[in-house]
Amino acid sequence: MPVVLEVRNLETCFHTQDGIVHAVNGVSFSLAEGETLGVVGESGCGKSVTMLSVMGLIPRPPGKIVSGEAIFGNYDLLKISEKELRSIRGAQISMIFQDPMTSLNPVLTIGDQLREPLETHLKMTPEQSKATAVELLKMVGIPDGAQRLNNYPFQFSGGMRQRVMIAMALACSPKILIADEPTTALDVTIQAQIVDLVKKLRETLGMAIIWITHDLGVIAGLAHRVMVMYAGYVVERAPVEELYDNPLHPYTRGLLGSLPRVDIQSDADLVNIEGMPPDLLQKPVGCPFAPRCKWAFNRCLAENPTLVDLGGHEVACWWDINGGKPRHV
Amino acid sequence: MATTDLEQLAKQSGLTTRKPRSLWADAWRRLRFSITARIGMVIGTIIILTALLAPIVDPYDPTLDSDLDNARQPPSAQHIMGTDRLGRDIFRRIVHGASLSLSVGVVAVLTAGVAGTVLGLISGYFGGATDMIIMRVMDILLAFPSMLLAIAIVAVRGNGLFNTIIAISVVGIPGYARLVRSMVLTLREQDFILAARMVGVRTPVIIFRHILPNSLSPIIVSATMGIGGAILSAAALGFLGLGAQPPAPEWGAMISDGVPFLRQNPHMVFFPGMAIMLTVLGFNLLGDGLRDALDPQMRT
Repeated sequence: MPVVLEVRNLETCFHTQDGIVHAVNGVSFSLAEGETLGVVGESGCGKSVTMLSVMGLIPRPPGKIVSGEAIFGNYDLLKISEKELRSIRGAQISMIFQDPMTSLNPVLTIGDQLREPLETHLKMTPEQSKATAVELLKMVGIPDGAQRLNNYPFQFSGGMRQRVMIAMALACSPKILIADEPTTALDVTIQAQIVDLVKKLRETLGMAIIWITHDLGVIAGLAHRVMVMYAGYVVERAPVEELYDNPLHPYTRGLLGSLPRVDIQSDADLVNIEGMPPDLLQKPVGCPFAPRCKWAFNRCLAENPTLVDLGGHEVACWWDINGGKPRHV
Repeated sequence: MATTDLEQLAKQSGLTTRKPRSLWADAWRRLRFSITARIGMVIGTIIILTALLAPIVDPYDPTLDSDLDNARQPPSAQHIMGTDRLGRDIFRRIVHGASLSLSVGVVAVLTAGVAGTVLGLISGYFGGATDMIIMRVMDILLAFPSMLLAIAIVAVRGNGLFNTIIAISVVGIPGYARLVRSMVLTLREQDFILAARMVGVRTPVIIFRHILPNSLSPIIVSATMGIGGAILSAAALGFLGLGAQPPAPEWGAMISDGVPFLRQNPHMVFFPGMAIMLTVLGFNLLGDGLRDALDPQMRT
């Protein structure tokens, strides 16, 4: 599969009053055409910041992209001008956000907002964009589009607003859709509907998807590959089945252990990961997860493990969790 | 289609959907039910009609009909508000002065409002050095007592109605700039602004189409109340002899005219004073009502 987005060694920090927060510390990943990449991790581990950095939507200042590149077609998204970036955003790479209740402008009608990407990027006339907007609403499962275009966001429920957001994001048939926890603010039934909708649209439109979440359950049925992030580092990356069957990083084990399963009969209690994610004001010398890790040993505190490829399954850990011995790399 | 049949049925059974009201229709409805706003609207309408119709209904030059034989007459059937020291009918002068006061108020508020809003939008959205420079200039303007600043501006530029408007506008700008800037600071962090940027919307469009309408209601409230304030300032400048020059029937100047005769002929001060007070009161009540009506928290 041809690669559509290649991010290398991305490093983003924020200059705050308390000091420099190292939010993203050398993240690399690639995304193939039509692929769905799941990005999981606790809150504050750099998932959203990574994607916002790629999109040039980090507030600067205080944010700063220290290094890295993000190759999309012939562009390095981290180097091109705001104007060029603007012509890509919404047209070729789109994003949907966590809270559909706040991501629509309350004083503009649904139609006004849905037509904006069409008129901005595809230079449609108002008549054309209106017709297309109705089509888009139909595509995301909102009937009676012509009437609905004149509605204001407050007349829509959360699930419907997220549908509108998806319609907006897909208006210009982007190559990549970045979904930043798009189901977190919705109830479970609606979550399932939205996931189904995205799956259906993926089939018809064929865009690649980056799905950010801290819900491993949502991603299981959706992603091809999963990338686990912790404290601004990628700690594990594997095809989705492999990751669930054979998690190699203690953090991934912890995440999976804290997840209720309905597919297997089990009396085991859910396990929580003790402790809190580290303060990102200092870059850790050792493994950032070491203070919370049951398997940590000397080397973990002294040296930060790098991501090693074990045949399509990458992990950043000094401990061979299956072998029960340190990994020599 | 089955839908139309259903609609028919629904209509017959009285089950119809209510058409959703827009924000403005909603605000208008609440405005009509508020007593203070109603009083404000009535006074405002009277003033506006007076200002518009006076020259048509009563085409005379209120500056030139001095009648010294009838100077300083108390109110009577012939002159319901009496006459001034040149024997001019005070009621007619007040009526013809309405357009002066109103135009000063409206024009000054419009100028100040537009300038202040644009400055506030730019300052709040871009932040950084731009914000720093704009807001420090606003702080400097605010550091002067506003009346003193207005007097200084008129003193430099010369007397007259036009300069009065300029002075009152300049004095009014910082208030709007600050108000709008504070709105923008919270709005620009909203998800829907991020979403608009995500879609690739250009910055000016974000500022004027996405942010401005969201901050419009406090601007409208502030401007409505500002009209009253501007009329008051214009009257004060007129009273000091810096505004519209005699023989123009400016209300402040009329009071100033009557002050030497306050003991013997208080009506010369009383009636123009009442006109000013009622006008300012009217716009303030209307502003109060608008504030309640436009408050999104109060949507029911």
